[in-house]
Amino acid sequence: MKAGRREFLKSAAAVTASAALFAVPAIARGAAPRVVVVGGGFAGASCARALRKTDPSIAVTLVESNATFTACPFSNAVIAGLRELSAQQFTYQRVTADGIAVAPSTATAVDAQARSVTLADGTRLPYDRLVLAPGIDIRWDALPGYDEAAAGQMPHAWKAGEQTLLLRHQLEAMEDGGLVVISAPANPFRCPPGPYERASLIAHYLKTKKPRSKLIVLDAKDAFSKQRLFQSAWNELYPGLLEWVPLSKGGNVTSVDAATRTLVTDFGRHRATVANVIPPQKAGRIADAAGVADRSGWCPIDPVTFESKLVPRIHVIGDAAIAGAMPKSAFAANSQAKTCAAAVARLVTGGSPSVPKLINTCYSLVAPDYGISIAGVYQPSGGQLAEVPGSGGVSPADAPRATRALEAALGESWFRTIAAEAFG
Amino acid sequence: MRWALAAVIGCASIAAAAVASAEPPAGAAACSGCHPASTRVTSLVPRLAGLDRPVIVRAMEDFRSGKRFATVMDRIAKGFTDDEIQAIAAWYASQR
Repeated sequence: MKAGRREFLKSAAAVTASAALFAVPAIARGAAPRVVVVGGGFAGASCARALRKTDPSIAVTLVESNATFTACPFSNAVIAGLRELSAQQFTYQRVTADGIAVAPSTATAVDAQARSVTLADGTRLPYDRLVLAPGIDIRWDALPGYDEAAAGQMPHAWKAGEQTLLLRHQLEAMEDGGLVVISAPANPFRCPPGPYERASLIAHYLKTKKPRSKLIVLDAKDAFSKQRLFQSAWNELYPGLLEWVPLSKGGNVTSVDAATRTLVTDFGRHRATVANVIPPQKAGRIADAAGVADRSGWCPIDPVTFESKLVPRIHVIGDAAIAGAMPKSAFAANSQAKTCAAAVARLVTGGSPSVPKLINTCYSLVAPDYGISIAGVYQPSGGQLAEVPGSGGVSPADAPRATRALEAALGESWFRTIAAEAFG
Repeated sequence: MRWALAAVIGCASIAAAAVASAEPPAGAAACSGCHPASTRVTSLVPRLAGLDRPVIVRAMEDFRSGKRFATVMDRIAKGFTDDEIQAIAAWYASQR
């Protein structure tokens, strides 16, 4: 057992010993309020740190089984050979240095009555408030033929790491003249512009390295994020190379055969040299175990506090949450994390949360020097997070190439900043 | 008037809670998704902490009206009222 883990268990044991006191609110018995955050991605790590920053008297535990976080934003550039995976990876060293106890384990159950989280090793962590930031899980039952074994042949690469490298290596091993097929899911899913950024950067790779190849995007939708900007750039940069097939033209993939890398639609079969299946998704597993996911597989929340509408004292942030008009993006996760932290800090000390305003800004690369963006400002309205009327939108359709290059550079700046918020 | 009030509120919360820093007004916390809070980050986007209040207010007004060139800040500034901009600017001006 590693020293860090032993130290953690010792403190966890101390915490468990005092669990019986938990019927009394923390503030009333003079103890430090305890907040447990599950999931160390952009949402969870940002929230844990924001909690400590807002009120250093709160005892914060972050439950995360991976010692290294691998970021999804910019992982499409890794797939296209423009960036190394190591540039996507971060440790929890600075999170720990902020005075947050990082539990190197997986949360397996939540007892909302007793207010405790059970970890894979049986440890129970009591909480005053619980924040779940579990990200997404793949719905392995949603697309016939696509199970975990099939993902080894037809990678999803929708959780960054080994899957990212697998897709990259398959592209590198493909002969010039091959057919690459990407399948994009119906809404909602993690990173709405992601499949189209990925198509763009794979097209860039093919254009520069394997120009006789072709790329088809089979889509379960008829419209997608930043669509006009993407399509206009595709016409300019990748004519004849990249074909987008919408739902209405037979884009919906109904089953796959991993052995032959075949994607089946209502209209026909596509036998790919390299196939990237981006499957339907749902909130990470602990959301279901905690009872905070509804029948859609995602988690309804209060737009002021991000407290679950299904289970009190449990908050859900990031991709797992149903955040109204806010997309499932790293920026949104970070913005929600800070809003949730401010609300939780008030709630655990008997205060009442103030009405928040949130932002999303999301860059996509169409080519290494061609960036486009979408932005939005959000506030609670009618029990949901709604876009502030008149705000937000995408980059101008007629922007000069210098602006596209500037947005590509701004995207890289954004990544460094958002990563530093969570991990740096 | 609003200003003086903001200053009073700022002082009161600092005095009341030595452990907690003054809480940012609505929208302010979201800025650091792009404007680095950390001095360790290299970015094309400026830090906001410690900027003069009128500098932030003017920038937001000019982004909102289209007077100043923007990539995303025009779209974001349009989501904030005058009062919100004043509060955010006052808070960032008080940060270090």
